[in-house]
Amino acid sequence: MRRLWRLNPRTVDRLVGGLIWAAAVSTLLILLFVIVYVSANGFPRLSWGFLTGKPQNMGRAGGIWPMIVSTAAISAMAVLIATPVGVATAIYLTEYTRESLLTRAIRFGTEALAGIPSIIFGLFGFVFFVVYLGLGWSLLSGALTLSLMILPTIVRTSEEAILTVPRAYREVSFSLGASRWQMVTTVVLPGALPGITTGVVLGLGRTVSETAAVILTAGSALHLPRSIFAPGRTMAVHFYILAREGLSDNMAWATGAVLLLSILLINVVINRALVALVRRRAVR
Amino acid sequence: MDRPKFEIRDLSYYYGSNRALHRVSLEIPANAITVLFGPAGGGKTTLLRLLNRLNDLVPGTRLEGRILLDGKDIYSPDVDVPALRRRVGMVFALPLPLPMSILENVTYGPRLSGLKNSKRLLEIAEKALRGAALWDEVRDRLHEPALSLSGGQQQRLCLARVLALEPEVILLDEPTSGLDPISTAKVEESLKALKKNYTIVIVPHSVQQAARLADVAAFLLMGELVEYGPGPRLFTRPQDKRTEDYITGRFG
Amino acid sequence: MKEKLIEAVLLGLALTAILSLFVITAFILQAGLPLLISYGPWRFLTGLTWAPTEGEFGILPMLVGSLWVTVGALLFGVPLGLAVAIFAAEYAPSWAAVAMRPAIQLLAGIPSVIYGFIGLKILVPLIRDNLGGPGLSVLAGSLVLAVMILPNVIAISEDAIRAVPQTYRDGALALGATHWQTIWRVVLPAARSGIVAAIVLSMGRAVGETMAVIMLVGNSLRLPISPLDPATTLTSNIGLEMGYASGAHRQALFATGIVLFVLIMALNSLASLFRRRPASA
Repeated sequence: MRRLWRLNPRTVDRLVGGLIWAAAVSTLLILLFVIVYVSANGFPRLSWGFLTGKPQNMGRAGGIWPMIVSTAAISAMAVLIATPVGVATAIYLTEYTRESLLTRAIRFGTEALAGIPSIIFGLFGFVFFVVYLGLGWSLLSGALTLSLMILPTIVRTSEEAILTVPRAYREVSFSLGASRWQMVTTVVLPGALPGITTGVVLGLGRTVSETAAVILTAGSALHLPRSIFAPGRTMAVHFYILAREGLSDNMAWATGAVLLLSILLINVVINRALVALVRRRAVR
Repeated sequence: MDRPKFEIRDLSYYYGSNRALHRVSLEIPANAITVLFGPAGGGKTTLLRLLNRLNDLVPGTRLEGRILLDGKDIYSPDVDVPALRRRVGMVFALPLPLPMSILENVTYGPRLSGLKNSKRLLEIAEKALRGAALWDEVRDRLHEPALSLSGGQQQRLCLARVLALEPEVILLDEPTSGLDPISTAKVEESLKALKKNYTIVIVPHSVQQAARLADVAAFLLMGELVEYGPGPRLFTRPQDKRTEDYITGRFG
Repeated sequence: MKEKLIEAVLLGLALTAILSLFVITAFILQAGLPLLISYGPWRFLTGLTWAPTEGEFGILPMLVGSLWVTVGALLFGVPLGLAVAIFAAEYAPSWAAVAMRPAIQLLAGIPSVIYGFIGLKILVPLIRDNLGGPGLSVLAGSLVLAVMILPNVIAISEDAIRAVPQTYRDGALALGATHWQTIWRVVLPAARSGIVAAIVLSMGRAVGETMAVIMLVGNSLRLPISPLDPATTLTSNIGLEMGYASGAHRQALFATGIVLFVLIMALNSLASLFRRRPASA
């Protein structure tokens, strides 16, 4: 009986191969669809005035200049805070210590942090930065919360990048009288820079697209923030509010298009960094 | 004869439970080339790397005995290790220029010790490159990447990089193993010229090279020092059967 | 001296991650635990009614909602993601494998709110008109989440598949197995633990996702039965109500956060357990 319906392995092979190609193609199509759909709905409504104007009537009209400023400020701060901490962690783990209970604790902390959902970061940022430290809903609270979110990404990519620097270079540096820190700054960091950049840019992308953690910590004030202690509304939050509350689909899509464009640009930067990394390796 | 540069006293060294050197005692004279030779795994490279404490970087090792440089124990706790490594420079088996320009490579050591004056750095670079017989080949391309040089040039660059430290001792670990005969000859010429001013310790890549260079030769076999003495004597009239067997090519 | 100082500073910065994890845990617990205890953990977890104004905080409907949406997301996302991973590691010509990487990365980079809104505009009407129900449903949430977990599933399983030694494949092919037989009988079993890790980790991602889910599941507080029913999840409830909650209500949201936190930590620990295990035949 079984033999009757059992297919020839060659036929199965072709069939499955076709399905697998189809899966890959449909994944690309999903991506393409998202980009085209947002662009088609958003770009026709983009204008110079939209980018530089203030929102009017809760965002039903006007522009998104305050959101662009808030997004840029929060993302920049988050990256500026997380990068030194993340790179220092990676340097400590790779250059200053051998595997021990301590390094395992640090790795565990980093890994666990990476798994925490953004809404939990939002809750934490709210009770800790907004309420406990008294920073209020502010760009700073948002940035501090996001910096914790992207810290694991920066640690991981920096560590990987540092490990690509050949061991021999470290020996040469030491043999010429370098202290450990001199070795790190003259040999390890220059070699790892492209990889570290990739991680930082990846983190930057996450801060731009994050919504849940930001809305709970930076608030959703519509006006232009005057200081890092003022609340602000990022593009992603603005998009969410416009879309969810049905205020204006048109304005939502226009905001979405700017948001997507930012993400695309950031990703192009990542690829640049990757290419640079590959080139460096080829030279070696 | 003057006091020896290095005095190695009853030195044993372990990687974990693996013994790499066993009760080696040896004196390395100043202003001469000392050759450490013997079959692979004999402990030559380990001994070399102990002389500037480069093996500090290897985890799980243990050292017994003493190594004195100018009468001072280099493993005593108050030693400034980077400073020691500037006094005792090292050239590795493979040419390992750092991914920087030729000039930056040569001036790497002096820059580490805080020298910033670019005119002074250039002077040091020229002197070092002349010492390594490389100046004429690279004087017009100092700012090109060091990796653009040929293998032989790269190795002489590494030698120049050590010379720029103005060290007292130069350690060389099979420095010509990756080079063609012409480049090898050039490196050997430089070494012979340099021994007037430096103490040189080299692990050669062949017995022939050992014989060509040795003022003093030490034969290491499985972590033990079998025999050492003036090079010409040791290579013509070895006193130990094992040394003779190795030199005449009966094993190794 | 300077070196010692530098090392101390680096160590201090390196402790940030573990320290923040500790502070995060402490503050979430402190904000939510009092209510969880006074209300009763069992009553909290199994209560069917969430009525903050009346002091009722039962989260069973949200637990079920999260479970439904997550299972649905895995059902659609895992087979597709695994297929793409197999494609990238075993089928793709090198130019295609190279082109896939940034595409997958981009897919992961698109903000969840954008996925949510597209789902709202396209999937929701499609479901309502063709399958019935309000459209805003478990199914809509699952489908969009499936796309959102794809990059995760693909990246981790691809790594696992690539880690299988080439000799395994050569051995099977030499015995006359077809390409697919080799993958199915040799490569996938050897990559099993990595693939399981990918699934478990994606499960964590799906449970934790908030904004897209808020926009798609309809946020009904009733227990969802069919995939076409609207639902609320643990995350969507927090996201929706945090903006105006106060007092016991806010505490109850933090208590929900604790449940979510514990759930995610458990899933991630499970995943790393699988991930550490080396690939074996």
